[in-house]
Amino acid sequence: MTGQPAGDVAVKVDGVHKAFRLPKEQVHTLKERVLHPLRRQRFETLHALRDVSFEVRAGEVFGIVGRNGSGKSTLMKCLAGIYQSDGGEMWLRGRMAPFIELGVGFNPDLTAHDNVLINAVMLGLSPDEARKRYSSILDFAELHDFAELKLKNYSSGMQVRLAFSVMVHVDADLLLIDEVLAVGDAAFQQKCYDVLNRLRDEGKTILLVTHDMSQVQRFCDRALLLERGELQAIGDCETVSRRYTQVNFAVPEYTGEDGEAEIEEGEEGEDAQVVEVWAQDGVGQRGAAIIQGASNALMMRVFFRRGARDPVFSFWLSDEKHRRVLAVTSEHDVGPSGVFKPGEQVIAGASFDNWLAPGRYAVTAQVSYRGTGDRIMALAEDAGSMIVTGARPGGGIVDLPHAFFVQKLDSKHPAAQAVEPAAG
Amino acid sequence: MSTVPTPPPALAYRVRGPSAGGDNPRRFWNLARTLAATDWKVRFYDSVLGYVWTLLRPLLLFGIVYFVFTYVVKAGAGVEFYGVMLLLGMIFHFFFAEVTAGGVTSMVDRESLLRKVGFPRAVVPLSVALVAAMNLVLNLVVLAVFVVGSGVSARWEWLLLPIPLALLLAFSTGLAMLLSALYVPYRDVRPIWEVVLQALFYATPILYPIELLAAHSPTLAKIALMNPVAALIQESRHLLVGAPSLTEALGSTVLVAAPLAIGIGMTVLGFSVFDRMAPRAAEEL
Repeated sequence: MTGQPAGDVAVKVDGVHKAFRLPKEQVHTLKERVLHPLRRQRFETLHALRDVSFEVRAGEVFGIVGRNGSGKSTLMKCLAGIYQSDGGEMWLRGRMAPFIELGVGFNPDLTAHDNVLINAVMLGLSPDEARKRYSSILDFAELHDFAELKLKNYSSGMQVRLAFSVMVHVDADLLLIDEVLAVGDAAFQQKCYDVLNRLRDEGKTILLVTHDMSQVQRFCDRALLLERGELQAIGDCETVSRRYTQVNFAVPEYTGEDGEAEIEEGEEGEDAQVVEVWAQDGVGQRGAAIIQGASNALMMRVFFRRGARDPVFSFWLSDEKHRRVLAVTSEHDVGPSGVFKPGEQVIAGASFDNWLAPGRYAVTAQVSYRGTGDRIMALAEDAGSMIVTGARPGGGIVDLPHAFFVQKLDSKHPAAQAVEPAAG
Repeated sequence: MSTVPTPPPALAYRVRGPSAGGDNPRRFWNLARTLAATDWKVRFYDSVLGYVWTLLRPLLLFGIVYFVFTYVVKAGAGVEFYGVMLLLGMIFHFFFAEVTAGGVTSMVDRESLLRKVGFPRAVVPLSVALVAAMNLVLNLVVLAVFVVGSGVSARWEWLLLPIPLALLLAFSTGLAMLLSALYVPYRDVRPIWEVVLQALFYATPILYPIELLAAHSPTLAKIALMNPVAALIQESRHLLVGAPSLTEALGSTVLVAAPLAIGIGMTVLGFSVFDRMAPRAAEEL
């Protein structure tokens, strides 16, 4: 199936391969080169994509799912013309706009007007087209009153609104979206979904990269699953979702030294492995958005390679600004956790009522040997995510249950007399 | 925006991956001038005099150098139109320095763009050259005023001045592309180039007329003129005020081929090295 794709195909990927050469020791200066001219640089080859083939029909919303490091972003960047693929062919039909990140090219020292112009031109409009759409872009972002303000004086929410508005106005036939929707508060995410639905109705082809299966099921017509750079499954969302669960929640086989390097982001521990990390709501629904104030739980599944007595399980949550907002360990709450043999699997969880501010949080899970906690058995950094939605974003890190009251003091009240201004 | 489904275009195109020039010259130009325009704007934000600084800074420096070299060191004593020649040399060198020094770090500075959007990679160093070119045009206006004020009589050779200017632009851009490509794996390029530029400022007949160096050592003068920028300055001075032409300064027509060959060679090398680096730029940054 090489060559031009059939008439209704918008994206055709045929046998695409991509490898990265990672230097084992980074040589960054000439001096090191000069001092060690004979030392050949050693490289590790990392196969980010292996022989990936698929087709997306025009007008489809297509999900690309996989864990961190499965190659989904690499695939996106190859399609977007950012990376050069090492083999295979890719065909596109229609104007393509990549949304790897919102607000590419934004400069904090320039006004909204200038930033809209750069961003839109980066995404494929001509400066003239961008100028013509400027007013409509500001309208959509509801930022007309702030047009002459420098971007650095915008709140982060305003910046995201502006960036998203540009993205909507680029008018591409083919959109590559890489987890852009994961930013912003619940109201903004809703707006994103509305827009995506409208774009779908307009017949745009959308490729959505995500590790969030609930997003795929909500949105996509079809999806594919990548795992370690290989296409694991392709088809309707249910099938892919089932396969995703199988692949990710399978018992890892311990085979000793692995021959080939894989992209694993901190998921490989020494003596144990955190197989999966997730957040669930009060009824055990994984990955669901947690309504503020509702009960929820952080969960991890751990596979022990070596035995351990009373290991300590911990979770911590960090917000989008990488501030650690919550840390809990089994040591304080459970005490001795028991004896675990090699090959055993454990589910550990911490449930709590969620009073965090609306937003997205990264979940880190760790298992360490009993004691000070610095002998780590397994660590999975930012391996899961949790989205909290709420109606009243207060601007704080948490929004604890509270009662607010306002009371008028009558003038005879001693407290009122005490604060009476002297001049009055 | 309508909600009527738009039919997909008839022809599909193959994704070729990133390259230096891309296959759409219009988009290349749109990107380059947009990036240049923003750079230009950002540079003068929050300064009261704004664009005036572009002119004022080299002019003040020129004033100091002119005073020192006319009255203190007396390098320019007795040389006809020394001031015009000095200003021309400084403008050429500053342009060259701005393009190359800005070019060195340009790819790394624009990392976030390069890693997030597919666009012709050469846009990045070229936008640096464009900003410097805007600067150059403004400076040339000042030079023109100065030329008239100095009482230089009009010459038909002035019509030829765009040729050395175009060559300067091409050479500086080619070198900037070479340096920007080298800087991605080797971060030493920047300090090295800063020193080289400093050395070139004195090794180029900017402050002194080439005759002064030739009187001292004819060989050294010839070597100095092997530098394409020096050769272009010399020839432009000839066209502008009738200083010795490059051929006269080198003493032979054949030797003129040397700086020309060096200039063209470096430019071609720059383009080809950049072209080879471009497809992998995003992953190697």
